[in-house]
Amino acid sequence: MTDSILEARKLTKIYGSNVIFKDIDLKVAEGETIVIIGPSGTGKSTLLRCMNLLTKADNGQIFLDGKEITAPDYNEDQVRQQIGMVFQNFLLFNHLTALDNVMIGLTKVKKLPKEQAREKAMEELKRVGLADRADHYPGQLSGGQQQRVGIARALAMDPRVMLFDEPTSALDPELIGEVLGVMEKLARDRMTMLVVTHEMGFAREVADRIVFMEKGHIVEEGSPDDLFYHPKHDRTREFLWKITELYGKKEKEAGGNP
Amino acid sequence: MSDFFEFFTRFLPDLLKGASMTLLLTAEGLAAGFVLGLLATLTRSYGNKFWRGVAIGYIELFRGTPLLVQLFLIYYGLPGLGITLSRELSAFLALGLNSGAYQAEYLRGSILAIGDNQMMAGRSIGMSKWKTIWHVILPQALRLAIPAWSNEPVSLLKSTGVVFLIAIPELMAKAKSIAAKTYDPIGSYIAVAIIYLAMVYLLDAMLKWLERASRIPGFEMEGRKA
Repeated sequence: MTDSILEARKLTKIYGSNVIFKDIDLKVAEGETIVIIGPSGTGKSTLLRCMNLLTKADNGQIFLDGKEITAPDYNEDQVRQQIGMVFQNFLLFNHLTALDNVMIGLTKVKKLPKEQAREKAMEELKRVGLADRADHYPGQLSGGQQQRVGIARALAMDPRVMLFDEPTSALDPELIGEVLGVMEKLARDRMTMLVVTHEMGFAREVADRIVFMEKGHIVEEGSPDDLFYHPKHDRTREFLWKITELYGKKEKEAGGNP
Repeated sequence: MSDFFEFFTRFLPDLLKGASMTLLLTAEGLAAGFVLGLLATLTRSYGNKFWRGVAIGYIELFRGTPLLVQLFLIYYGLPGLGITLSRELSAFLALGLNSGAYQAEYLRGSILAIGDNQMMAGRSIGMSKWKTIWHVILPQALRLAIPAWSNEPVSLLKSTGVVFLIAIPELMAKAKSIAAKTYDPIGSYIAVAIIYLAMVYLLDAMLKWLERASRIPGFEMEGRKA
């Protein structure tokens, strides 16, 4: 795969004497959806934040469209316009309406004229099914709606890649479906996506590739079929068995959604 | 009682002149203090090590010493260094610098509460650090700070009384001269107390209005959670 959009080479992150992850190699190809799974505390979220330079990696390189973005003096703000991010806790701008949340990047970063920005922002809200909530403040929206605004905010910048950091972990079970639905649609439209999640249904149905990470290392990666039905490592099998059991139950309680 | 009423109405025009000077000093001090406090707290929260030290030094110095000492050092002390300032400018500087140190602290609390998360969200769509501070952090932090910050205008209004000691003709100075003229210090100071009380009452009403007008649906809850 030479046509990778986003690539990490020997990426290492250390907090004090605590190695979060070490020598991670990861390539994300155009239009690909990669799901990263693994036990909590294995550095998945930190890896994601390193990929768009929100956190500085201690070692290794990251390339976006073949250019090294970890090079000193590279314009980080430019990079982040091209790598959208969706957070576990939504992190909407609480003083702005849904529409303004999506618009602010267009007017303040991309410097679009107001009318053009508003039109584009409305389009993105439509894309996540929230056009009728445009003038609501985050405090007036459900968690699922907030997260969809978060997705629209990131999409509005027309990013090359979208990063999702456990986008449904903070949601009540009955609200998870609407967010996963939007993500599925994005994947079908061939948006390039790197997703950290515990939603095994989503991973199995939507991912082109699953990466299993544990204790700061990539243990195994492959197609959903490979990982779910023919895992090479015992740890992968164990983890998947445990988590499918756990989340399968939750999904059933929530009334479906594979 | 009717004696006092007569006394009060007789000196009211003079007292109101003093009161308007008091209000002017409060407004100036509050405005200067707001700019200084904002700068100090932003520097303290987001500046480099050197500027952070400068900001902390300023805040600690002016919160840790009495306003009266600051006023005297500026008015009587600075001439020793070859800097002579007028009474008015000295009063303005002392009140502004003092209030700035307190306002910095009120703002800091709410900037901490809005915190790193909103900074991360702003950076994630490509905003620079200072753009995020301006468009994301401050609009929320300032709103969140209003209830605690509301102490400052009232407290500053009452503190302006000390500047009569460098002979600024504000409300306290008027009271003193009326007391001397009439040999009725009790009546004179009661009259002044009533005027202070009325001004504080008005100020409180304005601040309540500000708090209501800047409210955002669902935001207070979010702020408290954060």
